[in-house]
Amino acid sequence: MTPRIADVWVYLSASPLLGLTLTLVAYQAAYWVYQRAGFNPLLNPVLLAILMLVAALTLTGTTYATYFDGAQFVHFLLGPATVALAVPLYLQFDKLKKLALPLAVALLAGSLTAIVSAVGIAWLLGASETTLLSLAPKSVTTPIAMGIAEKIGGIPSLAAVLVMLTGVSGAVMAKYVLDGLRITDFSVRGFAVGIAAHGIGTARAFQVSEQAGAFAGLGMGMNGLVTAILAPLLLILWRWI
Amino acid sequence: MLGALTVLLVFQLIGEVLVQFAGLPIPGPVIGLLLLFLSLCVRGGLAVPLRDTANGILQHLSLLFVPAGVGVMVHFSRVSGEWLPILAATIISTALAIGVSALVMQALMRGRSGGEGGTGGGDGGA
Repeated sequence: MTPRIADVWVYLSASPLLGLTLTLVAYQAAYWVYQRAGFNPLLNPVLLAILMLVAALTLTGTTYATYFDGAQFVHFLLGPATVALAVPLYLQFDKLKKLALPLAVALLAGSLTAIVSAVGIAWLLGASETTLLSLAPKSVTTPIAMGIAEKIGGIPSLAAVLVMLTGVSGAVMAKYVLDGLRITDFSVRGFAVGIAAHGIGTARAFQVSEQAGAFAGLGMGMNGLVTAILAPLLLILWRWI
Repeated sequence: MLGALTVLLVFQLIGEVLVQFAGLPIPGPVIGLLLLFLSLCVRGGLAVPLRDTANGILQHLSLLFVPAGVGVMVHFSRVSGEWLPILAATIISTALAIGVSALVMQALMRGRSGGEGGTGGGDGGA
């Protein structure tokens, strides 16, 4: 019996089917738990699915590269999903036009806060310069953050990890922060989460309300652009002081 | 659904091509998002299949972040070496950024609608 199981494992671990299937199974299991818990943000499905998969890969001694051979088919859909954000945004267009000024000012304030406070706190706690530079773009979506980190002297792949940590913590904390501040308007709640916690925050916002999701998508996209401009400028300022 | 998916991929492709040609520091799909948004505004309407497909994909947006998130395992040693500054900075700064963005936007909206404040209502959760 044992040799046959080993043969099957050798075959499966070389095929993309396993990584792809594991991703879908882990996510649906995580989502089931999340749903059963009444969409409690502490049981964020992205976080749970990642924990389950990291545990499974570590236990079976599977490398990330082997896993990603299969999981890349899911990963690829991030592109068309980003484009699809145009649809809810268009449906909110009338509200968007009226809110142009509050949106622009909140975006600048949020973007500055995210960069300065992240780098400042890590600096106070004695982080290395490479870590500081990789932290600066942590609130924006992965491909933009990796590009910014590379440009200012951080490590792109470390930046990607910090982006994930930020997204998950934002999706987990947003409800408590916003409830604490008595923010009830879904456009405000969504926009703030999109600025601070990019796509993972946006995904959480869509689970709550389509309006929050649309504004989160807007915040995510706009903060990507603003951070790409602000982070290098702030670095010049910091070096100069 | 097939047509709508094609529309999304075509806009992503146009975005990627533009980024490559112009050497922009922005990912192609974000340009694709902007172009699709502009073309919807110009067209002045949204086809039902495109709306349904977009909503279908966005409902499971969380799933799409899982493969990249599992990549944390590759950097485990680096993150654990500086875990305190990294965790403190990401968690505190993310909470601050959410709070500041929301308070600034809410204050400016109040100023406009004469103290009317929140319009969305509900105790929801974003």
